[in-house]
Amino acid sequence: MEPIFHDLLAAGGGHAVAFYACSAVTIAAAILMVMKKNPVASVMWLVLSFIGLAGIYVTLQSYFIAVIQVLVYAGAIMVLFLFVIMLLNLRREDIAKMELPKVPFAGVIAAILFFVSVFLVIKASTPAFEKPVDALLGEPALAGDSVRAIGIPLFSQWLLPFEITSVLLLAAIVGAVALTKKKL
Amino acid sequence: MDFWIDDIGWPFIKIFIIANVALMMVALLVWAERRVAALIQDRLGPNRVGPLGLLQPVADVIKLFLKEDLTPGHVNRPFFIIAPALTMMPAIISLAVIPFGASLIIADLDIGILFIFAISSLAVYGITIGGWASNSKYSLLGGIRSTAQMISYEICLGLSVIGVFMLSKSLRLQDVVLMQGDGIWLFGEHYTGIMGKILDWNIFKQPIGFILFMIAGFAETNRTPFDLAEAEQELAAGFHTEFSSMKFALYFLGEYAAMISIGAITVTLYLGGWTFFGLENLGGSFSWLTQILIFAVKLLALQFFFIWVRWTIPRFRYDQLMRLGWQVLLPIGLANILLTGVLKLIFKV
Amino acid sequence: MEIHIAHYLIVAGILFSIGLVGVVVRRNAIVVLMCLELMLNAANLVFVAFARMHGNMQGRIFVFFAITVAAAEAAVMLAIIIAVYRQRETVNTDDMDIMQG
Repeated sequence: MEPIFHDLLAAGGGHAVAFYACSAVTIAAAILMVMKKNPVASVMWLVLSFIGLAGIYVTLQSYFIAVIQVLVYAGAIMVLFLFVIMLLNLRREDIAKMELPKVPFAGVIAAILFFVSVFLVIKASTPAFEKPVDALLGEPALAGDSVRAIGIPLFSQWLLPFEITSVLLLAAIVGAVALTKKKL
Repeated sequence: MDFWIDDIGWPFIKIFIIANVALMMVALLVWAERRVAALIQDRLGPNRVGPLGLLQPVADVIKLFLKEDLTPGHVNRPFFIIAPALTMMPAIISLAVIPFGASLIIADLDIGILFIFAISSLAVYGITIGGWASNSKYSLLGGIRSTAQMISYEICLGLSVIGVFMLSKSLRLQDVVLMQGDGIWLFGEHYTGIMGKILDWNIFKQPIGFILFMIAGFAETNRTPFDLAEAEQELAAGFHTEFSSMKFALYFLGEYAAMISIGAITVTLYLGGWTFFGLENLGGSFSWLTQILIFAVKLLALQFFFIWVRWTIPRFRYDQLMRLGWQVLLPIGLANILLTGVLKLIFKV
Repeated sequence: MEIHIAHYLIVAGILFSIGLVGVVVRRNAIVVLMCLELMLNAANLVFVAFARMHGNMQGRIFVFFAITVAAAEAAVMLAIIIAVYRQRETVNTDDMDIMQG
């Protein structure tokens, strides 16, 4: 798939089209997620945003990360959120409790933060930033076998963090059960 | 204009062929379900529309099209409308990476099986959102039940196939198919006799994994004995109580499309995919037709098994379902991975 | 129309800002948690973009770990929210003020 997809993207600026389409979906869905009063609607918009983000990862040739993004975020974590919302049977958030005075304040903070980050990107930009993504290093190891390329360092160089992650997951399972169980 | 032929033309032809074969199979399954149910219950089943009643699905769809599309006033409209489509989509999309023949694969992804799991993990939203948006007690209960069930059994589904990929050393589904049926490797020797070829199918090399995968597959498709989400007797059809006309039809066909997709994955992973001991090369330049036929026959045999189980085994109770998933299947799945690793070292396969 | 790494960084900046606004504005603890996830994802996007720029795997492996940790974090946070809901019958962050002096 990768060669076909890549040729398709490279031909006629397809890469740019894919990038702008996925980014537009991701950002629009994220904004809607924040704006919706209904938490279930928020969950569904965030799922769409994460799928769009997976599309952005595909344009970066990170197929494995893209699939993990959909599998773990959209398919598992967000289902958990949805499940909790249904379990607590939350309906519409009280509009009066939105505390409107905070909205412009948050907007100002976000705008400042955004412009600072853009400024830093421009300020810190090296020639590599300005190179078109298509012209970057070809990553021959990645083109045909991305699972192998991510698996070998994961189980050799990064083995200890990997094992520690499993302990962390175990701690999370025990913690979640201990917190939610009425009687242990 | 190689670009247009190779990158646009062929993929579209493949999508056309595969989507049509899959949707035809769905229609055939709707008919087969009723006929097999009748066979098991010693009745005749639908036999009036067309030869053997084969046109019954067409009649059903026309009936459902002409029915009134009722949207109750108390539902959450946008979600109520998209929910049925959300169940149908993942089942169809996951067919994109399944090899139906040597070249009949829409996208030969390096991350094949992960793609299928990623897409099918989205199937839960259709049922959950449908149950929630209906805004009625039975539907919500059905939706919550199915969410818990599907995320529990997804883990088992994922664990059960790891053994297969330990043997194939690749997540590409075409590699998994080609690895099966060319003779088994034991202690560094290659047995290419007919027994060696038969035993090379993953169903014989991974029997525990196969059984786990089938059980989890039944749970993922919400079929008996795991149909707690719709349980007619307790929940009045559960998540799709409030749906009518084509919205109901989408849920109904979505269940069969999910069966096709789980069945196609099983055939690919455990039953040798489109190969059948050399028979797949018959027909020269039309061998793709032979291959898709082999695949279809295997798939239909498996679907018969699905239907057979549905009309034989009663439904689990909810606590039984959860205990089976977490306390039985999960440990067995983990033990299977360990066992596969140990046996792989001993037999040098 | 050429896409640079800078484009990806700007998208990540926008997503991070949206997430931050959500954390500050929203009063529903579950939605606040979702906005936190969005901010985490913005950081992940930066990692993947730089991994692409350098043509190595480290950024991607870091994202892999970040996603795993995020899953653990979400499970524990939701358990805390359920525990709080049992006690106080609310998920509104303004009402969770029992520790206030």
